[in-house]
Amino acid sequence: MEKTVIHHMTQALTPDDLPRIAEAERAAASAFEHTIHVCVAAGCLSQHSDQVKQHLEHHIQERGLAHCQVKGVGCMGLCRAGPLVSVRPASTLYQAVTPDDAPAIVESLGAEPVQRLACPTDRPFFTRQTRIVLANSGEIDPEHLEDYLAAGGYQQLAHVLTTLTPAQVIDQISRSGLRGRGGAGYPTGLKWSTVAKASGPRKFVICNADEGDPGAFMDRSVLESDPHRVLEGMAIAAYAVGASEGYIYIRAEYPLAIKRLQTAIRQAERVKLIGSNILGTAFTFQIHLRLGAGAFVCGEETALIASIEGRRGQPRPRPPFPAESGLWRAPTLINNVETYANIAPIIANGPEWFASIGTERSKGTKVFALAGKVVNTGLIEVPMGTTLRTIIHDIGEGIPEGRRFKAVQTGGPSGGCIPAAYLDTPVDYESLTALGSIMGSGGMIVMDEHSCMVDVARYFMEFCMSESCGKCVPCRVGTAEMYELLSRIVQGRASGEDMALLQELCETVRYTSLCGLGQSAPNPVLSTIKYFEDEYLAHITNHVCPAGQCQFEMAQEGQA
Amino acid sequence: MTQHAPVLTAEEKRRRMVMATMRRHGYTPDALIETLHTVQSAAGYLDEPSLRFVASELHLPLSLVYGVATFYHAFTLKPEGRHRCILCQGTACYIKGSQAILNAVTKTYHIAPGETTEDGEISLLTARCLGACSMAPTAILDEEVVGYLTPERVLTRMEGWKKP
Repeated sequence: MEKTVIHHMTQALTPDDLPRIAEAERAAASAFEHTIHVCVAAGCLSQHSDQVKQHLEHHIQERGLAHCQVKGVGCMGLCRAGPLVSVRPASTLYQAVTPDDAPAIVESLGAEPVQRLACPTDRPFFTRQTRIVLANSGEIDPEHLEDYLAAGGYQQLAHVLTTLTPAQVIDQISRSGLRGRGGAGYPTGLKWSTVAKASGPRKFVICNADEGDPGAFMDRSVLESDPHRVLEGMAIAAYAVGASEGYIYIRAEYPLAIKRLQTAIRQAERVKLIGSNILGTAFTFQIHLRLGAGAFVCGEETALIASIEGRRGQPRPRPPFPAESGLWRAPTLINNVETYANIAPIIANGPEWFASIGTERSKGTKVFALAGKVVNTGLIEVPMGTTLRTIIHDIGEGIPEGRRFKAVQTGGPSGGCIPAAYLDTPVDYESLTALGSIMGSGGMIVMDEHSCMVDVARYFMEFCMSESCGKCVPCRVGTAEMYELLSRIVQGRASGEDMALLQELCETVRYTSLCGLGQSAPNPVLSTIKYFEDEYLAHITNHVCPAGQCQFEMAQEGQA
Repeated sequence: MTQHAPVLTAEEKRRRMVMATMRRHGYTPDALIETLHTVQSAAGYLDEPSLRFVASELHLPLSLVYGVATFYHAFTLKPEGRHRCILCQGTACYIKGSQAILNAVTKTYHIAPGETTEDGEISLLTARCLGACSMAPTAILDEEVVGYLTPERVLTRMEGWKKP
C-alpha cells in the first residue's frame, strides 16, 4: 500500500529528490484514516507480535477497510507490556495484545478504544522521556527506506554533502558537545578531527555494534528500529574524516538487527544513498557488515579491529590509537551505534540545540535499558542529568512486589553498584564515575533487598574471568584469583585476610591490565565493598548472607 | 574436487556455500571469521576437514585457523544435539533467577553447559546476554526466544522435545 511512490525507483537519487519523496510519502500516509502500529522489534516479536500484525491485516482486509493500514514499527519502549500496538492518529496505546484481540481493535477504529487493552500514556514512563535517538522508533517501519525518507531521512547527508566542508561538519559535532555513547565518553568531535588530520591513502569508519555488556540492549533496539539513521550518521562521519569505506561490527547474537541492517544497506545502495557517487556527488562510501563471534573483549576498539581483520580478538597497547593506526594500519574512526544515531539530529537542529539539552559537561540525551527488579522494564531515553530516582522510581515506577530498592548497577562488568543514598545523583559521565561506577553503554539493572551484593560482584568477576582474552597476566590471572576469593566469601569460607588480598588485587589489576576489560574488572568489587562492606563482613565473620541468597556449606569447611 | 558431479551430496553443497563466502571476500585472510560462520551454520559445527579446507583456501596456517575457531564462543568444534537450549546468563536474568533454571536443567539432563546428552538429542548452552533483558529470565529454545521463564517452564518445554 505504502510503496506506491518510490518502489519503482531503482535509479540514483539526487539531493532534490529527498524532500519531494518525503512530501509525497507523507501525503500518501495521511490518506489513511487509521494506521495501526505494531511493534516488530525483538522484544515484542518474541511475544508473537508478528501474529498480531497478521491478524490485524487479515481483519482489515476482510472488512474491506481501504482507509486503514497496519504498519510494523520499531521498539516503543515499554517492553514489559508487549506486544504493543498503537493506533494513529488517535494515539491509543494497547498492551499485551494477542492475535485474538485483532477483531476488537479493528472494530474500535474511529470509535471508542478497547478499554481492557488500553495502556495509559499520561504516566512518567512516557512523559518524562526526551526522544532524539529513539525519535523514529515505534514510528517508522524499519524495513522500508521510504518511511525513513518520509521522516526526513538522508536529508542531513544531502545537506552535508552539498553545502558543508568536512571541517564545518566536524566543527558542528564538536560544538554540540556530543560524547561517545559506548561508555568512555570521549568527545566525538575531537575524535573525528584527529582522524581527519591523520594522513594516509585510505581511512575507515567503524560502527561498534558489539553490544557486549550483559543487561544492555540499546544498540540492538536502535538497529532493529531505525537502521538507516545509523547508516546516515556513518556516511556523514565518513565524509567528515575523509573515509570511503566503513564496517559495522555487530554481535552474531542479534539476528534480527543483522537482518534489518542488511536490508537497509541493500536499499540504500540501490538508490545511491550508500556506494559510489552518493546523491550525485563525488563522495563515495561503502559499508560492510561483519559479525562478531561471541567475544566480549571485541567491544574494545583494538580487539574489534583485530576481529574485523579475521584474527583473534585480542587488544594491543595504545598508542598508537586507531585514529592514527587502526584497521589495516590506516587511520580509523570508531564510534558506537548510539553516537552515530545522534549525528543526523545534530546536523538538522544545530549544535546549539543539542548543547542546550543535558548538563554542563554531558550534552544531549542517553538511552538506557532498564531491567532487573523494576516495574517498567524496557528502553528509555532521558536528558543527561536526569536523576537515578527519576529513572527508577518515576519512569520505572519503582520496585515490584512492594520490595525495597537496594542498588542499581550501571556500566555492566566495567561499572558498579550505586546504593539508595545516591539516588538523587544526576546521570552524567562525571557523576557516575565519581560514585565508582561508569555511565557505560546504558544498561541499568535494578536490584532489591533480595540481591546479594557479594554474589553480584562474584557474578561480574566470573564474567570478566571467562571473557578475559588471556593476553596480559594481570587480567588473565588476576580475575581468576579474584573470582576464587569472591567464591570463598559467598560460600562462607573466607577470612579477613582474603578480604585484604581481594582489595590489593583490585588495585593491581586496575592499574596494570592492558585494556579496559581488565582495568575496569575490579569496579563491581570495589563499588560493592565501598557501599556494602557490611555484607562482605557478614559473609566472612558471621557466615550469614543478609540478602538470604547465598548457601553456606558449613559441613565442608575443612576443605578450605 | 567433485564440483562437476551432476548431483551434489550434502557435503558438496556445504562446501559450495563455504566457497561462496570466501569468494565474496576475495579469499583474503580477513574472510576467516565470516567463513567459519558459514561452515558452522551449514554443518552445525566446525569439523576438522572444514578447518583444514578453509586454512588451505585462505592460505593461512592451520594453527591460526584453529586459534580463531577456539577463541570465539560462537564457534564449536563438537557436533550439537538435535535440540538446543541456550540459557541467558546476563545480569538481568541472573538477578531474576537464571541460576535456578540452569541448575534444574543440568540436574534433570545430567549435562553441563557446552555438553550434549548422550543420545545426541539436547545440547545445553549458555549465552552472555541475549539482549532481551526486559523479559528476564530468558532462553533460546530451538531458535525461539522465550522470556519470563521459571525452571518448571523450561523443563516442560524441553520435555516436549522428547516426542518426535
